[in-house]
Amino acid sequence: MQLIRSPGGSLLELLPGLIAMSVLFGTTSMLAVTITFERSGRSFDRLLLAPISVSTMVLAKITGAIVFGIFNAFVPVIFAAFFVNLGAVNWGVMLLAVLLIAITSTLLGLLIAVSAKQVFEAQTFSNFFRFPMLFLCGLFVPLSSLPVFVRPVSFLLPLTYGTDILNGAIAGANLLSPMLCYGVLLAFAAGLFLVCLHNINRKWIL
Amino acid sequence: MSIVTVTNLKKTYGDFSAVDGINFSIEQGEIFGFLGPNGAGKTSTINMMIGLSRPTQGEIIIDGIDARRQIKKAQAIMGIVPDESNLYNEMDGFENLCFCASLYGMRKEEREPKARQLLEQFQLKEAGKRPFKAYSKGMRRKLTIAAAIIHSPRILFLDEPTTGIDVESARQIRELILKLKEQGTTVFITTHYIEDAERICDRLAFIVGGKIVANGTVNELMESASHGHAIRLVTDINSENLAADLQARFTSSTVEITRDHALVLRSAERIPLLPVMEYFDHNGIAVYEARELRRCLGR
Ligand SMILES: Nc1ncnc2c1ncn2[C@@H]1O[C@H](COP(=O)(O)OP(=O)(O)O)[C@@H](O)[C@H]1O
Ligand SMILES: [Mg+2]
Repeated sequence: MQLIRSPGGSLLELLPGLIAMSVLFGTTSMLAVTITFERSGRSFDRLLLAPISVSTMVLAKITGAIVFGIFNAFVPVIFAAFFVNLGAVNWGVMLLAVLLIAITSTLLGLLIAVSAKQVFEAQTFSNFFRFPMLFLCGLFVPLSSLPVFVRPVSFLLPLTYGTDILNGAIAGANLLSPMLCYGVLLAFAAGLFLVCLHNINRKWIL
Repeated sequence: MSIVTVTNLKKTYGDFSAVDGINFSIEQGEIFGFLGPNGAGKTSTINMMIGLSRPTQGEIIIDGIDARRQIKKAQAIMGIVPDESNLYNEMDGFENLCFCASLYGMRKEEREPKARQLLEQFQLKEAGKRPFKAYSKGMRRKLTIAAAIIHSPRILFLDEPTTGIDVESARQIRELILKLKEQGTTVFITTHYIEDAERICDRLAFIVGGKIVANGTVNELMESASHGHAIRLVTDINSENLAADLQARFTSSTVEITRDHALVLRSAERIPLLPVMEYFDHNGIAVYEARELRRCLGR
């Protein structure tokens, strides 16, 4: 593993990983914890009883988490700015990548929230997903050094595509075509949203 | 005119029937009571009506809206007071009320004065600034009711609003419900206290074991309106011990014990069901089954 690198210039190589990690952890725990908390305290019932469609309510919830995730992304960026020159970073693309990572990981958090009954369960579930994802998505271990048999798994993770865009925007080191990545991430977002809605309708209204 | 019609409503959990094919209707502007012991199926019924749970079978029409198809449309005219409060512990009373109002589309200029007025009306003005988690049980229940009526619903659902709180709060809540009725609100209330039902309800349905065993006006149920001549009862305590006591209390009936340890009250005249249930209630005895033997009860 190449976790420990020489300081200085390679901080730039580490930055995409740190950003993705902040977004991933921020968004997944935000929804997984707040929703299971509201559900166990029954205040979630109040939302289900209001004359607001479930999809509108879910959209409002995830918007909050996405905004939170985007703020999280800038914590490592601000720190990095003290040590390295960020002049070469393509900010527009980076922001887009952060947004897409925030959306997909928020929806993963929602999926966990829908499946878990308690806050504790949600936390455990989240870690079960998050850590393997971090190591399989090419952030810390380049995809090319992963064993051949796990690589297909990497390509099933939305984070792999988000990471690739980030790598391109910050260090100019992307593997895939950016358009492909955007497309795949949007497809993941739409798919996850529909799965979440379906599960919510099935599980929350008994 | 009926504002609510429930037809053949059923709810099963696995192979257990919590609500077993009930029928009733609620007239516009009346207080309709759902009276029954713990576990009778009251909350299960209310949850299906308000859209928190899906009926296994049956039909619910609320103000002409099919509640199973267009629950969000029906929810717009409902106010709901659940058995356990579902307000936010971290928010204060005022914030909770405003948040609930906003869920029904009330604007800031509208909801803030209304929230203040309700806090005053419920004698929670001071408490309005304290977080909800610091409230006593009675205060919690009152704020939950205030939150349910802030958007002036046409029909108010209350699930055991007087259970587990102090006598004075319970009295205030009953008064408030009567006042809402005066203002034209239709009320559906569940309770396991017969006194509550007698004091405020216009009509009652008596539910035991997921079935409506009797329904009618309070007077009809108190007097011997249309009941048969034998009632079979299953309770949570030993029938042998209960029989003598019951016999002493209901002298016009004879009390028998069946082979399967149920109690049967027989009489040449009609037996009013409500006083019998009142007797069990006062003695803290849970009734699992109450059924007429000769004829089918409760239409
Ligand atoms: N989610 C559930 N799963 C299984 N059984 C349930 C569930 N909810 C309620 N019940 C059962 O259904 C019956 C009726 O419950 P409930 O409607 O809460 O009664 P009540 O409100 O009249 O006290 C009870 O025996 C209860 O144990
Ligand atoms: Mg109940």
